[in-house]
Amino acid sequence: MTSTATKTQKGLLGTKLGMTQVWDETNRLVPVTVIQAGPCVVTQVRDAGRDGYAAVQLGYGAIDPRKVTQPLAGHFEKAGVTPRRHLVELRTADAGEYTLGQELGADTFEAGQVVDVTGTTKGKGFAGVMKRHGFKGVSSSHGSHRNHRKPGSIGGASTPGRVFKGMRMAGRMGGVRQTTQNLTIQAVDAEKGLLLVKGAVPGPRGAVVLIRSAAKGA
Amino acid sequence: MQRFDELDRASIKTDLPAFRAGDTVKVHVKVVEGTRSRIQVFQGVVIRRHGGGIGETFTVRKVSFGVGVERTFPLHTPIIDRIEVVSRGDVRRAKLYYLRDLRGKAAKIKEKRDTPVAR
Repeated sequence: MTSTATKTQKGLLGTKLGMTQVWDETNRLVPVTVIQAGPCVVTQVRDAGRDGYAAVQLGYGAIDPRKVTQPLAGHFEKAGVTPRRHLVELRTADAGEYTLGQELGADTFEAGQVVDVTGTTKGKGFAGVMKRHGFKGVSSSHGSHRNHRKPGSIGGASTPGRVFKGMRMAGRMGGVRQTTQNLTIQAVDAEKGLLLVKGAVPGPRGAVVLIRSAAKGA
Repeated sequence: MQRFDELDRASIKTDLPAFRAGDTVKVHVKVVEGTRSRIQVFQGVVIRRHGGGIGETFTVRKVSFGVGVERTFPLHTPIIDRIEVVSRGDVRRAKLYYLRDLRGKAAKIKEKRDTPVAR
């Protein structure tokens, strides 16, 4: 059991379409990310009595029904919906107000609301310490030789006689789940199912993102 | 930027005159002072057009009291009331950054003749 009580939050799955810009009512230029949000369906409702916590499970995206495993197919049938590609669970106190098979669209959110957007960041491959951890590198002159983007020293010598765990080094970068918090919703186009979120969100164009009410702040 | 054609169309202006680098333009800018709004004219030479689609910008340069002033506008910004082309310039570059180093008569741009001079 978590010590903090579950808050009420709204959520949607969507596809990041890309970025553009719009002008707000005071004629200021606003950079926005366009997200095709929903339509999502409720595939399961969890309550504290049976499952130990209150949550709602959302499904999103088309999938060939032949590709769905039998256990999952049965799960979708129970909810009375066609199979979906992506499933996500949303912890929310008001889960009881959702019904199985209920459709959720972009109008779940309204302009001005603050949201968190979760996605998988773009993969950067094997990246050096300057790109991966923001190291300063080594001087470009003053006698530096083939040393410019290296990390420098990674620790002591015979004491401690090893490299400490967690030492930041080169390696795979990106392709991890990341949440960008406190983004404002600039506009909602319920008809087309579009959300315009101010600022950038993780992931490439076409990636699936999860939009939730902001965990922090008002 | 074909992805957001419909979204951008709401902001994209269609009534803009055709102009390019070297042209002298009058840009009628809406200026809001408190509650009042008025139109201010910024006249000068277009030294560049940059980008495309909804994000296209252009830069106008003028010399005001001996000081060069450059102002970059988003082409589709709502603060521009209208753009007036005063004269067409005869230039051989798309970006006229060299004007910054020139003063007086050297910085003058020849006006484009509509009918080419007979050979």
